[in-house]
Amino acid sequence: MQRSRVFLDAGGSAPLSSRVVDALQAGFADGWADPARLVTESRKARGLIDGSREAIAEVIGVGADQVHFTPSIHFAFERVISGIAQMRRAQPRIVVSAIERDALIHAAFHTRPHGVELIGVDTAGHLDINAFTAAVAADGVALAAVQHASQEIGTVQRLDPIARVCADAGVPLLVDASSSIGHRDAPKHWDALVAHPADWGGPAGIAVLALSPQTRWLPTWPEGDDWAPGGVSVPLALASAVALQEREQERLANAGRLGALVEKIRATVRRLEGVEVLGDPYERLPHVVTFSCLYVDGESLLSELDREGFAVGSGSACASGSLEPSRVLASIGALTHGNVRVVLHPAVTGEDVDRFLAVLPEVLGRVRSRLGAPRMP
Amino acid sequence: MTDGVTDVPTGDDPTPFQVDARGKACPIPIILLAKAAQNRAPGTELTVLATDLAARYDVPAWARMTGNHFVGESETDGGAIALTVRLRMA
Repeated sequence: MQRSRVFLDAGGSAPLSSRVVDALQAGFADGWADPARLVTESRKARGLIDGSREAIAEVIGVGADQVHFTPSIHFAFERVISGIAQMRRAQPRIVVSAIERDALIHAAFHTRPHGVELIGVDTAGHLDINAFTAAVAADGVALAAVQHASQEIGTVQRLDPIARVCADAGVPLLVDASSSIGHRDAPKHWDALVAHPADWGGPAGIAVLALSPQTRWLPTWPEGDDWAPGGVSVPLALASAVALQEREQERLANAGRLGALVEKIRATVRRLEGVEVLGDPYERLPHVVTFSCLYVDGESLLSELDREGFAVGSGSACASGSLEPSRVLASIGALTHGNVRVVLHPAVTGEDVDRFLAVLPEVLGRVRSRLGAPRMP
Repeated sequence: MTDGVTDVPTGDDPTPFQVDARGKACPIPIILLAKAAQNRAPGTELTVLATDLAARYDVPAWARMTGNHFVGESETDGGAIALTVRLRMA
Protein backbone atom coordinates (compact mmCIF):
# COMPACT_ATOMS: atom_id res chain seq x y z
CA MET A 1 0.00 0.00 0.00
CA GLN A 2 1.25 3.42 -0.93
CA ARG A 3 1.95 5.56 2.11
CA SER A 4 0.90 9.18 1.95
CA ARG A 5 3.51 11.89 1.67
CA VAL A 6 4.56 13.72 4.82
CA PHE A 7 5.42 17.38 4.30
CA LEU A 8 7.83 18.60 6.99
CA ASP A 9 9.26 21.59 5.13
CA ALA A 10 6.59 24.21 5.85
CA GLY A 11 8.93 27.16 6.42
CA GLY A 12 7.79 29.88 4.04
CA SER A 13 5.48 27.54 2.14
CA ALA A 14 2.88 25.69 4.16
CA PRO A 15 0.00 23.74 2.62
CA LEU A 16 -3.21 25.78 2.29
CA SER A 17 -6.15 24.80 4.48
CA SER A 18 -9.58 24.43 2.89
CA ARG A 19 -10.66 27.74 4.42
CA VAL A 20 -7.72 29.48 2.74
CA VAL A 21 -8.53 27.87 -0.62
CA ASP A 22 -12.16 29.01 -0.19
CA ALA A 23 -10.93 32.53 0.54
CA LEU A 24 -8.86 32.52 -2.63
CA GLN A 25 -11.90 31.48 -4.64
CA ALA A 26 -14.03 34.13 -2.97
CA GLY A 27 -11.35 36.68 -3.74
CA PHE A 28 -11.45 35.82 -7.43
CA ALA A 29 -15.26 35.72 -7.48
CA ASP A 30 -15.86 38.96 -5.60
CA GLY A 31 -12.61 40.88 -5.96
CA TRP A 32 -11.77 40.64 -9.65
CA ALA A 33 -12.26 44.37 -10.31
CA ASP A 34 -9.41 46.88 -10.22
CA PRO A 35 -9.45 48.24 -6.67
CA ALA A 36 -8.07 51.59 -7.86
CA ARG A 37 -11.15 52.61 -9.85
CA LEU A 38 -14.23 54.42 -8.63
CA VAL A 39 -17.05 52.10 -9.68
CA THR A 40 -19.06 49.86 -7.38
CA GLU A 41 -17.23 46.65 -8.39
CA SER A 42 -13.92 48.30 -7.60
CA ARG A 43 -15.18 49.52 -4.24
CA LYS A 44 -16.03 45.95 -3.39
CA ALA A 45 -12.54 44.78 -4.31
CA ARG A 46 -11.03 47.65 -2.32
CA GLY A 47 -13.19 46.72 0.65
CA LEU A 48 -11.77 43.20 0.60
CA ILE A 49 -8.21 44.54 0.66
CA ASP A 50 -9.00 47.01 3.45
CA GLY A 51 -10.66 44.29 5.51
CA SER A 52 -7.67 42.02 5.00
CA ARG A 53 -5.28 44.78 6.05
CA GLU A 54 -7.33 45.39 9.19
CA ALA A 55 -7.31 41.72 10.14
CA ILE A 56 -3.55 41.45 9.71
CA ALA A 57 -2.92 44.78 11.46
CA GLU A 58 -4.87 43.53 14.47
CA VAL A 59 -2.57 40.51 14.81
CA ILE A 60 0.53 42.66 14.41
CA GLY A 61 -0.94 45.07 16.96
CA VAL A 62 -0.96 48.25 14.85
CA GLY A 63 -3.44 50.40 12.95
CA ALA A 64 -4.60 49.24 9.52
CA ASP A 65 -3.09 52.33 7.87
CA GLN A 66 0.35 51.11 8.97
CA VAL A 67 0.04 47.83 7.09
CA HIS A 68 0.86 47.48 3.40
CA PHE A 69 0.69 44.54 1.05
CA THR A 70 3.72 44.05 -1.12
CA PRO A 71 4.63 41.40 -3.72
CA SER A 72 7.27 39.49 -1.74
CA ILE A 73 9.46 39.70 1.33
CA HIS A 74 12.40 40.28 -1.02
CA PHE A 75 10.67 43.29 -2.53
CA ALA A 76 9.71 44.56 0.92
CA PHE A 77 13.31 44.34 2.16
CA GLU A 78 14.64 46.02 -0.96
CA ARG A 79 12.23 48.96 -0.89
CA VAL A 80 12.08 49.61 2.82
CA ILE A 81 15.86 49.43 3.24
CA SER A 82 16.56 51.67 0.27
CA GLY A 83 13.73 54.07 1.22
CA ILE A 84 14.86 54.54 4.83
CA ALA A 85 18.50 54.77 3.78
CA GLN A 86 17.58 57.42 1.19
CA MET A 87 15.88 59.49 3.90
CA ARG A 88 19.07 59.17 5.99
CA ARG A 89 21.46 59.40 3.07
CA ALA A 90 24.12 61.21 5.07
CA GLN A 91 24.47 58.03 7.15
CA PRO A 92 26.64 55.57 5.21
CA ARG A 93 26.20 52.38 7.25
CA ILE A 94 23.63 49.63 7.67
CA VAL A 95 24.00 47.32 10.67
CA VAL A 96 22.48 43.83 10.40
CA SER A 97 22.80 40.54 12.26
CA ALA A 98 24.87 37.86 10.55
CA ILE A 99 21.94 35.45 10.54
CA GLU A 100 19.48 37.59 8.59
CA ARG A 101 17.95 36.13 5.47
CA ASP A 102 20.13 36.35 2.37
CA ALA A 103 17.42 38.46 0.72
CA LEU A 104 17.70 41.09 3.45
CA ILE A 105 21.49 41.11 3.41
CA HIS A 106 21.55 41.35 -0.37
CA ALA A 107 19.14 44.30 -0.20
CA ALA A 108 21.37 45.99 2.37
CA PHE A 109 24.47 45.55 0.19
CA HIS A 110 22.56 46.79 -2.83
CA THR A 111 21.69 49.97 -0.94
CA ARG A 112 25.08 50.52 0.72
CA PRO A 113 27.65 48.44 -1.20
CA HIS A 114 30.49 49.45 1.11
CA GLY A 115 28.60 50.16 4.30
CA VAL A 116 27.05 46.94 5.55
CA GLU A 117 28.23 45.76 8.94
CA LEU A 118 27.37 42.18 9.93
CA ILE A 119 27.11 41.56 13.67
CA GLY A 120 27.94 38.07 14.86
CA VAL A 121 25.84 35.68 16.90
CA ASP A 122 26.64 33.08 19.56
CA THR A 123 26.37 29.33 19.06
CA ALA A 124 22.63 29.43 19.82
CA GLY A 125 22.13 32.15 17.22
CA HIS A 126 21.61 35.10 19.59
CA LEU A 127 22.92 38.46 18.46
CA ASP A 128 26.10 39.74 20.13
CA ILE A 129 24.34 42.63 21.85
CA ASN A 130 27.58 44.35 22.90
CA ALA A 131 28.93 44.43 19.36
CA PHE A 132 25.51 45.50 18.08
CA THR A 133 25.28 48.30 20.63
CA ALA A 134 28.73 49.60 19.73
CA ALA A 135 27.95 49.47 16.01
CA VAL A 136 24.60 51.22 16.31
CA ALA A 137 25.79 53.84 18.79
CA ALA A 138 28.60 54.93 16.47
CA ASP A 139 27.89 57.76 14.03
CA GLY A 140 26.67 57.22 10.54
CA VAL A 141 24.14 54.38 10.83
CA ALA A 142 21.20 54.72 8.42
CA LEU A 143 19.30 51.75 9.80
CA ALA A 144 19.65 48.42 11.60
CA ALA A 145 17.97 45.11 10.83
CA VAL A 146 17.50 42.13 13.14
CA GLN A 147 15.17 39.20 12.59
CA HIS A 148 12.52 38.16 15.10
CA ALA A 149 13.24 34.48 14.59
CA SER A 150 15.51 32.44 12.36
CA GLN A 151 13.78 30.48 9.62
CA GLU A 152 16.86 28.30 9.47
CA ILE A 153 17.43 27.32 13.12
CA GLY A 154 14.33 28.63 14.92
CA THR A 155 16.11 30.81 17.49
CA VAL A 156 14.05 33.80 18.64
CA GLN A 157 16.06 36.98 19.16
CA ARG A 158 15.83 39.04 22.36
CA LEU A 159 14.40 42.05 20.55
CA ASP A 160 13.56 44.30 23.51
CA PRO A 161 17.14 45.29 24.35
CA ILE A 162 17.95 45.44 20.63
CA ALA A 163 15.07 47.87 20.02
CA ARG A 164 16.11 49.94 23.04
CA VAL A 165 19.65 50.30 21.71
CA CYS A 166 18.29 51.48 18.35
CA ALA A 167 15.82 53.90 19.95
CA ASP A 168 18.56 55.38 22.15
CA ALA A 169 20.76 55.92 19.11
CA GLY A 170 17.90 57.24 16.97
CA VAL A 171 18.49 54.49 14.42
CA PRO A 172 15.43 52.98 12.67
CA LEU A 173 15.06 49.24 13.27
CA LEU A 174 13.77 46.84 10.62
CA VAL A 175 12.52 43.56 12.08
CA ASP A 176 12.16 40.57 9.79
CA ALA A 177 9.22 38.72 11.34
CA SER A 178 8.64 36.60 8.26
CA SER A 179 9.18 33.34 10.17
CA SER A 180 7.42 34.25 13.39
CA ILE A 181 4.10 36.01 12.75
CA GLY A 182 1.38 33.38 12.95
CA HIS A 183 3.48 31.28 15.33
CA ARG A 184 4.27 33.70 18.17
CA ASP A 185 3.16 37.10 19.43
CA ALA A 186 4.33 39.85 17.11
CA PRO A 187 7.31 41.88 18.32
CA LYS A 188 6.32 45.21 19.84
CA HIS A 189 9.14 47.61 19.12
CA TRP A 190 10.28 48.29 15.56
CA ASP A 191 10.15 50.97 12.90
CA ALA A 192 9.52 48.61 10.01
CA LEU A 193 8.40 44.99 10.09
CA VAL A 194 8.12 42.38 7.35
CA ALA A 195 5.80 39.38 7.56
CA HIS A 196 5.19 36.47 5.21
CA PRO A 197 1.71 35.02 4.60
CA ALA A 198 3.03 31.85 2.93
CA ASP A 199 4.79 31.06 6.21
CA TRP A 200 1.51 31.11 8.17
CA GLY A 201 -0.45 29.03 5.67
CA GLY A 202 -1.41 31.82 3.27
CA PRO A 203 -0.74 31.86 -0.47
CA ALA A 204 2.62 32.53 -2.11
CA GLY A 205 3.16 35.74 -4.04
CA ILE A 206 2.38 38.32 -1.38
CA ALA A 207 4.07 39.80 1.69
CA VAL A 208 3.25 42.32 4.39
CA LEU A 209 5.18 45.45 5.36
CA ALA A 210 4.24 47.37 8.51
CA LEU A 211 5.64 50.82 9.24
CA SER A 212 5.43 52.68 12.51
CA PRO A 213 3.89 56.17 12.22
CA GLN A 214 7.22 57.92 12.82
CA THR A 215 9.14 55.97 10.16
CA ARG A 216 10.36 58.24 7.38
CA TRP A 217 11.56 57.23 3.96
CA LEU A 218 12.14 58.71 0.52
CA PRO A 219 11.38 56.80 -2.66
CA THR A 220 14.32 55.62 -4.73
CA TRP A 221 11.82 54.18 -7.21
CA PRO A 222 9.44 55.49 -9.88
CA GLU A 223 6.36 57.39 -8.82
CA GLY A 224 3.35 55.24 -8.00
CA ASP A 225 2.26 52.95 -5.21
CA ASP A 226 5.36 52.74 -3.00
CA TRP A 227 5.01 49.19 -1.70
CA ALA A 228 2.90 47.48 -4.36
CA PRO A 229 3.52 49.12 -7.73
CA GLY A 230 0.77 48.04 -10.09
CA GLY A 231 -1.58 47.13 -7.27
CA VAL A 232 -2.37 44.39 -4.79
CA SER A 233 -3.91 41.04 -5.70
CA VAL A 234 -7.28 40.90 -3.92
CA PRO A 235 -7.51 37.09 -3.67
CA LEU A 236 -3.98 36.82 -2.27
CA ALA A 237 -4.59 39.58 0.27
CA LEU A 238 -7.89 38.07 1.38
CA ALA A 239 -6.51 34.54 1.65
CA SER A 240 -3.52 35.86 3.64
CA ALA A 241 -5.83 37.45 6.19
CA VAL A 242 -8.07 34.39 6.45
CA ALA A 243 -5.02 32.15 6.92
CA LEU A 244 -3.65 34.36 9.66
CA GLN A 245 -6.98 34.50 11.48
CA GLU A 246 -7.25 30.73 11.29
CA ARG A 247 -3.71 30.28 12.63
CA GLU A 248 -4.28 32.80 15.41
CA GLN A 249 -7.49 31.10 16.53
CA GLU A 250 -5.68 27.78 16.76
CA ARG A 251 -2.26 29.11 17.73
CA LEU A 252 -2.18 27.99 21.34
CA ALA A 253 -3.47 24.54 20.55
CA ASN A 254 -1.10 24.17 17.58
CA ALA A 255 1.90 25.47 19.46
CA GLY A 256 1.23 22.98 22.24
CA ARG A 257 0.72 19.99 19.98
CA LEU A 258 3.41 20.82 17.40
CA GLY A 259 5.72 21.92 20.19
CA ALA A 260 5.42 18.47 21.77
CA LEU A 261 6.19 16.84 18.42
CA VAL A 262 9.24 19.07 18.00
CA GLU A 263 10.38 18.09 21.52
CA LYS A 264 10.06 14.46 20.53
CA ILE A 265 12.13 15.00 17.38
CA ARG A 266 14.78 16.91 19.34
CA ALA A 267 15.02 14.23 22.01
CA THR A 268 15.18 11.40 19.47
CA VAL A 269 17.70 12.81 16.98
CA ARG A 270 19.97 14.00 19.78
CA ARG A 271 20.55 10.37 20.70
CA LEU A 272 21.70 9.46 17.17
CA GLU A 273 25.44 9.18 16.70
CA GLY A 274 27.08 12.21 15.09
CA VAL A 275 23.94 14.34 15.16
CA GLU A 276 23.65 17.77 16.75
CA VAL A 277 20.46 19.78 17.28
CA LEU A 278 20.92 23.46 16.41
CA GLY A 279 19.53 26.70 17.81
CA ASP A 280 18.39 27.83 21.23
CA PRO A 281 16.67 24.90 22.99
CA TYR A 282 14.18 27.21 24.74
CA GLU A 283 13.91 30.59 23.03
CA ARG A 284 12.81 29.32 19.66
CA LEU A 285 9.90 28.91 17.27
CA PRO A 286 7.60 26.12 18.48
CA HIS A 287 7.32 24.35 15.13
CA VAL A 288 10.92 24.37 13.82
CA VAL A 289 13.82 22.02 14.54
CA THR A 290 17.13 21.81 12.68
CA PHE A 291 19.88 19.26 13.18
CA SER A 292 23.13 18.51 11.47
CA CYS A 293 24.51 15.07 10.74
CA LEU A 294 28.16 14.20 10.33
CA TYR A 295 29.43 12.45 7.19
CA VAL A 296 26.49 13.06 4.87
CA ASP A 297 25.71 15.74 2.34
CA GLY A 298 22.40 17.51 2.63
CA GLU A 299 21.38 16.75 -0.92
CA SER A 300 21.70 12.97 -0.59
CA LEU A 301 19.94 12.97 2.76
CA LEU A 302 17.11 15.10 1.38
CA SER A 303 16.62 13.01 -1.74
CA GLU A 304 16.70 9.73 0.22
CA LEU A 305 14.12 11.05 2.69
CA ASP A 306 12.07 12.38 -0.21
CA ARG A 307 12.08 8.94 -1.82
CA GLU A 308 10.85 7.51 1.47
CA GLY A 309 7.96 9.98 1.38
CA PHE A 310 9.25 12.75 3.66
CA ALA A 311 9.88 16.33 2.57
CA VAL A 312 12.38 18.19 4.75
CA GLY A 313 14.54 21.26 4.21
CA SER A 314 18.27 21.80 4.35
CA GLY A 315 20.51 24.76 4.94
CA SER A 316 23.52 23.05 3.44
CA ALA A 317 25.58 24.66 0.75
CA CYS A 318 25.66 21.33 -1.07
CA ALA A 319 21.88 21.25 -1.22
CA SER A 320 21.25 24.88 -2.08
CA GLY A 321 23.52 24.69 -5.10
CA SER A 322 25.68 27.49 -3.76
CA LEU A 323 29.43 27.20 -3.36
CA GLU A 324 29.47 29.27 -0.22
CA PRO A 325 28.49 27.45 2.97
CA SER A 326 25.33 28.68 4.67
CA ARG A 327 26.16 31.93 6.43
CA VAL A 328 23.74 31.15 9.25
CA LEU A 329 25.25 27.73 9.96
CA ALA A 330 28.79 29.08 9.67
CA SER A 331 28.07 31.97 12.03
CA ILE A 332 26.77 29.69 14.80
CA GLY A 333 29.74 27.34 14.34
CA ALA A 334 27.57 24.45 13.14
CA LEU A 335 28.43 21.83 10.61
CA THR A 336 27.61 23.34 7.24
CA HIS A 337 26.75 20.04 5.59
CA GLY A 338 24.23 17.32 6.36
CA ASN A 339 21.61 19.63 7.77
CA VAL A 340 17.98 18.74 8.09
CA ARG A 341 15.38 21.37 8.85
CA VAL A 342 11.94 20.22 9.93
CA VAL A 343 9.15 22.81 9.94
CA LEU A 344 5.79 21.48 11.08
CA HIS A 345 2.36 22.79 10.08
CA PRO A 346 -1.05 22.10 11.63
CA ALA A 347 -1.86 19.15 9.36
CA VAL A 348 1.18 17.15 10.57
CA THR A 349 0.16 14.30 12.87
CA GLY A 350 1.97 12.45 15.63
CA GLU A 351 1.97 9.37 13.42
CA ASP A 352 3.72 11.34 10.64
CA VAL A 353 6.48 12.32 13.05
CA ASP A 354 6.80 8.79 14.42
CA ARG A 355 7.19 7.41 10.90
CA PHE A 356 9.80 10.05 10.10
CA LEU A 357 11.77 9.23 13.24
CA ALA A 358 11.58 5.53 12.44
CA VAL A 359 12.97 6.02 8.92
CA LEU A 360 15.63 8.64 9.67
CA PRO A 361 18.34 6.47 11.31
CA GLU A 362 18.22 3.93 8.51
CA VAL A 363 18.39 6.61 5.79
CA LEU A 364 21.25 8.31 7.60
CA GLY A 365 23.15 5.04 7.84
CA ARG A 366 22.55 4.29 4.17
CA VAL A 367 23.87 7.68 2.98
CA ARG A 368 26.83 7.44 5.32
CA SER A 369 27.87 4.04 4.12
CA ARG A 370 27.47 5.07 0.48
CA LEU A 371 29.83 8.00 1.06
CA GLY A 372 32.33 5.69 2.74
CA ALA A 373 31.94 7.29 6.16
CA PRO A 374 33.68 5.65 9.11
CA ARG A 375 31.50 3.19 11.00
CA MET A 376 29.64 4.86 13.81
CA PRO A 377 29.78 3.01 17.13
CA MET B 1 50.52 4.56 5.61
CA THR B 2 46.89 4.57 6.63
CA ASP B 3 43.77 5.10 4.58
CA GLY B 4 43.49 8.74 3.49
CA VAL B 5 46.60 9.85 5.31
CA THR B 6 50.07 10.54 3.96
CA ASP B 7 53.15 11.69 5.70
CA VAL B 8 54.40 13.65 2.75
CA PRO B 9 56.89 16.22 3.98
CA THR B 10 55.83 19.80 3.27
CA GLY B 11 59.07 21.77 3.40
CA ASP B 12 60.07 22.55 6.94
CA ASP B 13 56.62 21.74 8.27
CA PRO B 14 57.02 19.05 10.92
CA THR B 15 53.32 18.10 10.76
CA PRO B 16 53.29 14.33 11.14
CA PHE B 17 49.95 13.51 9.54
CA GLN B 18 48.20 15.20 6.71
CA VAL B 19 44.82 14.47 5.19
CA ASP B 20 44.80 15.69 1.63
CA ALA B 21 41.24 16.74 0.87
CA ARG B 22 42.13 19.33 -1.73
CA GLY B 23 39.59 19.46 -4.55
CA LYS B 24 37.05 17.51 -2.50
CA ALA B 25 33.65 18.99 -1.65
CA CYS B 26 31.87 18.70 1.67
CA PRO B 27 31.40 16.30 3.41
CA ILE B 28 34.34 14.32 1.96
CA PRO B 29 37.07 16.27 3.82
CA ILE B 30 35.37 15.43 7.11
CA ILE B 31 34.96 11.79 6.17
CA LEU B 32 38.67 11.55 5.26
CA LEU B 33 39.57 13.24 8.53
CA ALA B 34 37.41 10.87 10.57
CA LYS B 35 38.93 7.85 8.85
CA ALA B 36 42.42 9.17 9.43
CA ALA B 37 41.59 9.68 13.10
CA GLN B 38 40.55 6.08 13.62
CA ASN B 39 42.95 3.94 15.65
CA ARG B 40 45.41 6.79 16.18
CA ALA B 41 47.07 7.52 19.47
CA PRO B 42 45.32 10.05 21.71
CA GLY B 43 46.91 13.48 21.40
CA THR B 44 47.92 12.92 17.76
CA GLU B 45 47.65 16.03 15.61
CA LEU B 46 46.11 15.70 12.18
CA THR B 47 46.09 18.41 9.55
CA VAL B 48 43.46 18.55 6.81
CA LEU B 49 44.38 20.31 3.59
CA ALA B 50 41.20 21.54 1.92
CA THR B 51 40.10 23.85 -0.85
CA ASP B 52 36.37 23.68 -0.08
CA LEU B 53 35.62 26.76 2.04
CA ALA B 54 33.07 24.82 4.07
CA ALA B 55 35.92 22.83 5.64
CA ARG B 56 36.90 25.97 7.55
CA TYR B 57 33.64 25.61 9.49
CA ASP B 58 33.17 21.88 9.30
CA VAL B 59 36.51 20.80 10.77
CA PRO B 60 36.03 22.78 14.03
CA ALA B 61 32.41 21.55 14.17
CA TRP B 62 33.59 17.95 13.69
CA ALA B 63 36.10 18.38 16.51
CA ARG B 64 33.42 19.71 18.84
CA MET B 65 30.91 17.00 17.92
CA THR B 66 33.40 14.17 18.35
CA GLY B 67 35.11 15.42 21.50
CA ASN B 68 38.39 16.26 19.80
CA HIS B 69 40.26 19.55 19.90
CA PHE B 70 40.49 22.06 17.09
CA VAL B 71 43.97 23.58 17.11
CA GLY B 72 43.77 26.19 14.36
CA GLU B 73 43.98 27.01 10.69
CA SER B 74 46.54 28.48 8.36
CA GLU B 75 46.90 29.18 4.67
CA THR B 76 49.22 27.04 2.57
CA ASP B 77 51.33 28.16 -0.36
CA GLY B 78 49.07 26.43 -2.84
CA GLY B 79 45.99 28.37 -1.74
CA ALA B 80 44.53 25.53 0.33
CA ILE B 81 43.54 25.88 3.98
CA ALA B 82 45.35 23.75 6.53
CA LEU B 83 43.15 22.87 9.50
CA THR B 84 44.67 21.07 12.45
CA VAL B 85 42.95 18.99 15.11
CA ARG B 86 44.35 17.15 18.15
CA LEU B 87 42.72 13.83 18.99
CA ARG B 88 41.18 13.56 22.42
CA MET B 89 42.82 11.72 25.23
CA ALA B 90 41.09 8.37 25.56
